Amino acid sequence: MAGKSHKKEQTGALSIKNVTKIYDPSGVNVKAVDDCSMEIAAGEVCMIVGPSGCGKTTLLNAIAGFHSITEGSIHLDGDLLCGPGKPKAEQSAERMVVFQHGALFPWKTLQENVAYGPTVQSAMSASEAMEKAGQMLAEAGLGQFIKKYPGEVSSGMARRAEIVRALINDPKVLLLDEPYRAMDALTKQIMHESLLETYDRTGVTIFFITHDLEEAIFLGDKVHVVTTRPCQLKKTVEVRIPRPRSFETQSSEEFRTLLEEVNEAVHEEAVKAFQAGEREMA
Amino acid sequence: MNQVPATKGHMNSKPEGFELFLLRLRKKMVSIDPYLTVAGIGLWLFAYWVLCEGLEIWRFTKLPGPVAISKDWFSTTPFQGISIFTQEYYDHIFVSCQRILFAFGLATGLGVPLGLFMGWSRKIRDYVFPIIETLRPIPILAWVPLSILLLPGFEGPVIFLATLASFFVTTLNAMLGVDSIDEEYFRAAGCLGSSRWDIFRHVVVPGALPFIFTGLQISIGVAWFSLVAAEMVSGDLGLGYLIVDAYMNNVTVPMVIAMITLGFIGYFSSACVRTLGNKLMAWHVKELAQQGR
Amino acid sequence: MSIVNSFFSNTTTRRGFGAIVGFVVIWYFGAMVDDWTGYDVLGIGLVPPPGDVFTAFLGVIPKAGYWMSWVSSFSRVLTGFLVAMLIGIPFGLLLAVNRYFRGVFFPPFEILRPIPPLAWVPASLIFWPTNEMSIAFVTFLGAFFTIVINVLGGARSIDISYLRAAQSMGASQFDLFWKIILPGTLPSIFTGAAVGMGITWEVVLAAEMISGGGTQGGGGLGFFIWNSYMGGSLEQIVVGMISIGIAGYLCSSAIRKIGFYFMPWRRLF
Repeated sequence: MAGKSHKKEQTGALSIKNVTKIYDPSGVNVKAVDDCSMEIAAGEVCMIVGPSGCGKTTLLNAIAGFHSITEGSIHLDGDLLCGPGKPKAEQSAERMVVFQHGALFPWKTLQENVAYGPTVQSAMSASEAMEKAGQMLAEAGLGQFIKKYPGEVSSGMARRAEIVRALINDPKVLLLDEPYRAMDALTKQIMHESLLETYDRTGVTIFFITHDLEEAIFLGDKVHVVTTRPCQLKKTVEVRIPRPRSFETQSSEEFRTLLEEVNEAVHEEAVKAFQAGEREMA
Repeated sequence: MNQVPATKGHMNSKPEGFELFLLRLRKKMVSIDPYLTVAGIGLWLFAYWVLCEGLEIWRFTKLPGPVAISKDWFSTTPFQGISIFTQEYYDHIFVSCQRILFAFGLATGLGVPLGLFMGWSRKIRDYVFPIIETLRPIPILAWVPLSILLLPGFEGPVIFLATLASFFVTTLNAMLGVDSIDEEYFRAAGCLGSSRWDIFRHVVVPGALPFIFTGLQISIGVAWFSLVAAEMVSGDLGLGYLIVDAYMNNVTVPMVIAMITLGFIGYFSSACVRTLGNKLMAWHVKELAQQGR
Repeated sequence: MSIVNSFFSNTTTRRGFGAIVGFVVIWYFGAMVDDWTGYDVLGIGLVPPPGDVFTAFLGVIPKAGYWMSWVSSFSRVLTGFLVAMLIGIPFGLLLAVNRYFRGVFFPPFEILRPIPPLAWVPASLIFWPTNEMSIAFVTFLGAFFTIVINVLGGARSIDISYLRAAQSMGASQFDLFWKIILPGTLPSIFTGAAVGMGITWEVVLAAEMISGGGTQGGGGLGFFIWNSYMGGSLEQIVVGMISIGIAGYLCSSAIRKIGFYFMPWRRLF
């Protein structure tokens, strides 16, 4: 799976061990995640696939430090993020999140948004941050829009800007929660290519939640299929398609085989979720 | 590199400045709306005239019609004492406006920070909100006697009442404004390494602004409402006082003039707040424009 | 868990309770400050202490006149409010639905709206033959403008997809109005009603205080307060204030409950 330039030491290995998460909304125990374990190697693109509302977001939230876990532990490069005695991880720029509906601050321009992280962490002075932000946005093809507000640009551009905002902080892990869910297929294609190009350049570990199977196989090194609530690892499919990938890959024999394999595993879960009338957690 | 650079919009010369103005004007003249507006106002003025002066129906004779009002309002020697040429008119206007500015400023200066803190900190909210909610149902005017007794002079009670009314609205709206901020923005800011103070400055304050400005528009209306009431009861200058004074002295024209003036100034002050809001929230205005609103 | 226990175990209620207790304590100290130290800041010492107010409250409850004031004020509020709703809701809906009506009637409406309702009182007193009618008119005005604006905003913000869905299922104009627009506007009607109710109380109060409360009935709670003020009884003033606060709160609660009844889909929130 080579082809990555090693811009950083191989960091960002996530180890999720026997994680269970029980919510207690109004006294009714809801088990969102049950004894879920998975290993994500440093620099790997790991796709989590499953029906809506099955608890995948909970897992991501636990890694990011938005939610606590009830049992089990999560380690990053050997360091404990959360586990016994420390149910909730701290939020940190090491684990940057890109949100489903986009969370660029609407009241800041794209450039200000991107410069926010380094400025606030005092990693750079404000003017340095703005300059670097402008640069990185230009590299992502958004050079003409750096002074625009998120409300003025298309969702595709906003999402790309949000990824830049995450990357400028040099994170170990990039956590993406169905970021392209609300986009049309054509915009998605462009987003995919942009993400792949970014990955090829930086080699950051990516933890990507999606329900789009083709997206999962196209982007990922490994596809983890999870069950409906409570979330457990059902099957892992390895995607050995070499990088750099282009969208012609999607019509290849290998791709189609992998797609069938994943689809079989997911479909069963999807039917279960549908019958249970699960409300999507998003 | 398979990046596709974003392309600029395909318009090469957007109308600017004067051209834009003419374009909008043309659009407006072609639509039926302005004609309806003129018709509506004309109809209303006509009905007003007919009732009070033209046909002199029933008790409408007791009220001054548009002709009588304009005669006095715009003359240099007004029959009943107030016109745009008399100093007294402007004295009253000035006093009322001064009071409003002070009361509104005070209420906003106290209410916005308090509301923001209440929205942001569970602790502060738990302690302060019950007190506010207990006092809020008491109508502002019920405070009149108490305030007359406690606060010195004429200005005290008047300004106190307007400030109180304005304060409740502003605080509540600021608090709701913070509530309305999507949780994800807080999470994003947390991820990016913000301190609590950063979050307050960069998320809470800008995020609550739309609600705050809606609240401010309501609050200035409420401030005027209370101010006029207070002036009518306990003032010695000001438009509210003018109305009551005119009524007491049986001169109805200044009374109506004062009412109309109040209407204009009220509208104008709301518009000022709205414009200020639009300036500070350029991002919001543009966002709404994109949605076609 | 006993009720008392569960009341205090919730942090929020505990703090709220503490806050109110604290408020009463500060009130007490403020009221006594001039008695104890001989100094007085801003006349705070003139405020009657909570104990005196409570006693005055107990003293006033058995008096028929006090409850007659409630009845008078309530009847004024309700009359003005109901008339405002009866005229305001159709007016607002008509404004929203028909652009010619809106074009003609909205501008004068917008011009008259910024005039504070109380500014109309003297004109109203001149015009209407009786005190009661003038108070009723001003009360009506206060609520009317608010209700119309809310109804207009609500009706216009109904998602057009609902209307299109109904039309594609064969709804007539009549159906559209009664089954989509009216229910869709209900939340705004109730918001307008709640705000309008607050304004109505203010106006009734002011009218009662200014016009001396009229000679019928008990004169109303506003008159009660003004009377107490004239009579120099501060405790009664505060009693009056609290009474009106309670009355206003009861009205808003009633509106909210009625709202839940008419809009079951909102109970989820």
